[in-house]
Amino acid sequence: MKAKSLISITDFTKEEYLKIMRLAEDFEANPNQKLLQGKVIATLFFEPSTRTRLSFETAINRLGGKIIGFSDSSSSSVSKGETLHDTIRMVSNYADMIIMRHPLEGSARYASEVSSVPVINAGDGANQHPSQTLLDMYSIIKTQGSLDNINLFLVGDLKYGRTVHSLLMAMLQFENPIFNFIAPPELALPNEYKIHLTSKGIRYFEHSEFTDIINAADIIYMTRVQKERFIDPFEYEKVKNVYILKNDMLKNTKENMRILHPLPRINEIHTDVDNNPKAYYFTQAKNGVYTRMAIIAHLLNLK
Amino acid sequence: MEKHLKVSAIKDGTVIDHIPTKALFKVIKILQLEDCSQMVTFGNNLDSKAMGTKAIIKIANRYFADEVVNKIALVAPHAKLNTIREYEVIEKRVVETPKEIIGIVNCFNPVCITNAENITTRFEVISERPIALKCFYCEKITNENEMVFR
Repeated sequence: MKAKSLISITDFTKEEYLKIMRLAEDFEANPNQKLLQGKVIATLFFEPSTRTRLSFETAINRLGGKIIGFSDSSSSSVSKGETLHDTIRMVSNYADMIIMRHPLEGSARYASEVSSVPVINAGDGANQHPSQTLLDMYSIIKTQGSLDNINLFLVGDLKYGRTVHSLLMAMLQFENPIFNFIAPPELALPNEYKIHLTSKGIRYFEHSEFTDIINAADIIYMTRVQKERFIDPFEYEKVKNVYILKNDMLKNTKENMRILHPLPRINEIHTDVDNNPKAYYFTQAKNGVYTRMAIIAHLLNLK
Repeated sequence: MEKHLKVSAIKDGTVIDHIPTKALFKVIKILQLEDCSQMVTFGNNLDSKAMGTKAIIKIANRYFADEVVNKIALVAPHAKLNTIREYEVIEKRVVETPKEIIGIVNCFNPVCITNAENITTRFEVISERPIALKCFYCEKITNENEMVFR
């Protein structure tokens, strides 16, 4: 049987999401469980990503596994012209699992077809980054006690932001979500997602103003408006400072509300928010380690 | 007035009718008729009541399985297939759009892995009219007007 991989957030069932949440909680309580003793995990980063790589490598180290790999493709045989196919075939003979990031979209799905061991997609271009979504979900369940009945405000680049699309798809598996989308028209959520929400009878609201409407939120999920997404630099200049979350905007927000951000942040969350107890993004990043330990343990049937 | 066929009849084989004129050579390519050793005759820009103009292909001594012929649904969704034996039509079929398209079309996404390495493309048909194909690898959607045949 083909090894089970995690390429896209929709590869997992609701039961698997909940299992990952339970395992992450367990790993947070007991972070040093040597389940990977004697195992080798390959981290293949064909493009650099310090944050994601360190998070995965911390997870592997905490589980007692050994790591092989590279952190950018210039130090691998890819620079000699080796195909992804051959690299994956070779590495899957060495390692018990492959964690990869690659600039080309679909590369992780292809790697999972070629590989004889499980593959975790740590980002394939602008396509998918499912471990980010699972850590976002873990952050929601930890702070809200449930993934049901969440009023989720998604802010910023909703057009290209892969974390937004994946989180939306995952939250649809849970009871009674409400979505509020705050974005400039240029970066509005693609229609295909709105059609999908409508067909499922899910409530959603679109706003272009970032005002006290956020007082209804359980979660505010901020994203970066990325300059490279704009064809016209003038358009970017127009919207770059529109959606900035400042501390004084949080006065009347709900007690349980928490602010998430996949990081890195540029200026979309003012630093004066950082000490507000509702700011959760740094803890969210820490949750990434436990969530990734859970994903690895699940895919290798260690838990 | 003497009535005669614009594309001569075949004794045994397959006639593919109601092909849009612009799709004729794509159909030939998809069915790999360039490599066919049998007699292949075709006509283009023929008068059609239903379509205005149309194309027709006649292939002697060749018969096509449904899954092969359904590949042409991407370019000729209204095509009709007649199976001929002894100059008689013994079976009429219509093309059905398959749920999955393997090969045939390139993914329109320039940063899709299938455009970088030698990989057979694979799409889920998410809409039939107009055609929309979701890439199994990069998950992007290739629309009818973006389709490039391999």
